[in-house]
Amino acid sequence: MAEARFVARKANARIWLAGGWLLLALLAAIFAPLVAPQDPLAQDLMLERLPPFWLQGAEPGYWLGTDSLGRDLLSRLVYGGRIAFIVAFAAATAACLVGSVLGLIAGYFGGWADRIVSRIVDIWMAFPPVLFAILLVAVLGTGLGSVIVAIAVIDWTRFCRVVRAEAMSQSRMDYVENARIAGFGRLDIMLREVLPNVLPSIIALLSLEMGIAVIVEAILSFVNLSISTDDPTWGGIIAEGRLSIHQAWWVLVFPLITLFLTVLSFSQFGEGLKARFDPVLR
Amino acid sequence: MILQRFLARLFTMLVTLFGVAVVVFVVIRIAPGDPIAMMLPPGASQADIDRLRALYGLDKSLIEQFFIWLSGVLHGDFGTSISLRQNVLGLVMSRLPATLELSILALIIALAVGLPLAVIGTRERGTAVEAGIDVANGAALSIPDFLWGLVLILLFGVLWPVFEISGRVSPRLELPFVTQFYLFESIVRLRFDLTRDLIGHMFMPALALALPLAAIISQLLKQSLKELMGLDYVVLARVKGFSETQVILREALKNAALPTLTLVGVQFTFLIGGTVIVERLFSYEGLGNMAIDAVVNRDLPLIQGIVLVFALIFVLINLVVDMMYALLNPRLRHG
Repeated sequence: MAEARFVARKANARIWLAGGWLLLALLAAIFAPLVAPQDPLAQDLMLERLPPFWLQGAEPGYWLGTDSLGRDLLSRLVYGGRIAFIVAFAAATAACLVGSVLGLIAGYFGGWADRIVSRIVDIWMAFPPVLFAILLVAVLGTGLGSVIVAIAVIDWTRFCRVVRAEAMSQSRMDYVENARIAGFGRLDIMLREVLPNVLPSIIALLSLEMGIAVIVEAILSFVNLSISTDDPTWGGIIAEGRLSIHQAWWVLVFPLITLFLTVLSFSQFGEGLKARFDPVLR
Repeated sequence: MILQRFLARLFTMLVTLFGVAVVVFVVIRIAPGDPIAMMLPPGASQADIDRLRALYGLDKSLIEQFFIWLSGVLHGDFGTSISLRQNVLGLVMSRLPATLELSILALIIALAVGLPLAVIGTRERGTAVEAGIDVANGAALSIPDFLWGLVLILLFGVLWPVFEISGRVSPRLELPFVTQFYLFESIVRLRFDLTRDLIGHMFMPALALALPLAAIISQLLKQSLKELMGLDYVVLARVKGFSETQVILREALKNAALPTLTLVGVQFTFLIGGTVIVERLFSYEGLGNMAIDAVVNRDLPLIQGIVLVFALIFVLINLVVDMMYALLNPRLRHG
């Protein structure tokens, strides 16, 4: 009992801490024009490589310093959050829908449906994911839509494997058999009985996948294959930081901290929710 | 029994590879933009374009193109790189050793870090030491190799510059090597000055790749070790007077290793997949770095070749792990 309460409290702390950071970053991204102290694209060579506020030579209004073109780092991070969150929500949702539907079908019906889906998953697992993402974006052309499609196309297998395994074990349970005897149709049973029981795992994975999507977007913009406009992205800022690392370490450090906190929060938020809603652990 | 399993696995492996070939082919053919147009100078005549299309087999139907390409691949002919104008197989083979050496070094680091942590965590189970190991594992797991690479660049490339942060070997050095396996060859030739230089370049990318895997090894092995520690035969060994560490190393480890092995195999393929971006991050001249260049230059034959080689390595590792599991598992061996 005491242990269960401890687990629940730990889960709560995780949810609040991680959720707090995500909410803060999300609000900053949504209200970027109000939050950002400067224009994220404005270059000023008089202000190049200003250090963050606590160091000598800092300028007021440029809290985290500037990059080698004199652009305000904090403003760029805030605006970069827009791309990161759009990709996170859209790509993870798309991957979740595709993977869960295929996983439910394979796990519940078994037989041929399962064999075909499993074979496709095997083929997908033989691709190095980052290379696959880069290849897809190169083929589809850079742009926000391509990045989202590429991540969804690659990562649906993550959902498919988990949902398939859960649906398979659920479909053997008594309550499903009872529903069948009671005369419910297969689709009905799948949506009304099996899906709700698989949902906690799906939600935890969805949150985890959002963190992964943020990283993949950062990797794609790091190699300059994400969105093709001038809009700042976290990966793009990191690429600039990597180049000027010996002259201006802050251009690499701050986006790194931002990315780190965001990815960690997404995974902890998901784990926390799962621990809280998992009937076995509860 | 084992042979049967091997043949079955071999068959699924071939089906998977065929599937990979189909997917790669389809993905690349839906690419907008004409690769031929990019190879020719502006103002090339239609006859020139047609001749080149025929040369690359692009004037035939898609299904025909696929089987021509596939039979070429099966004969070791991966085509010609568009951007580098060289044989794709030759290019891939020139870079593959660098990536293999990096991956294997990473695997060694992961084992060297993960195994002791699992043993220490088991010995100190229920104490603050174990809790500390759990926290470290959690952190290592939730941070992907890309971020680890950047953190390491900052820490040991800039803040306390003890390692090189770009390249495979210092360009000023004269290299006596005849193969592309620089690290291996430097050890065999007893040229330890070169070994040190190579390791100085490889250590950080390898560590970035190794940390998540080390965490998985330590976590999983610790879990299965802890499950075994209460079993009769382990208790018996303890009663016989062996120390806790001896009990873990001599009695429990052998049986705990099996479930870990399967997962390490799968995770090792993820590690190799991670070399693509980590090599880029550290400007390491391996296959992954070449793959990104190929994508940026829209060099389709080269991309095809590299993706296929990666897929082949992944599938082979899975096959080897599966066979090792079957050979080591007494239930399957005598079954």
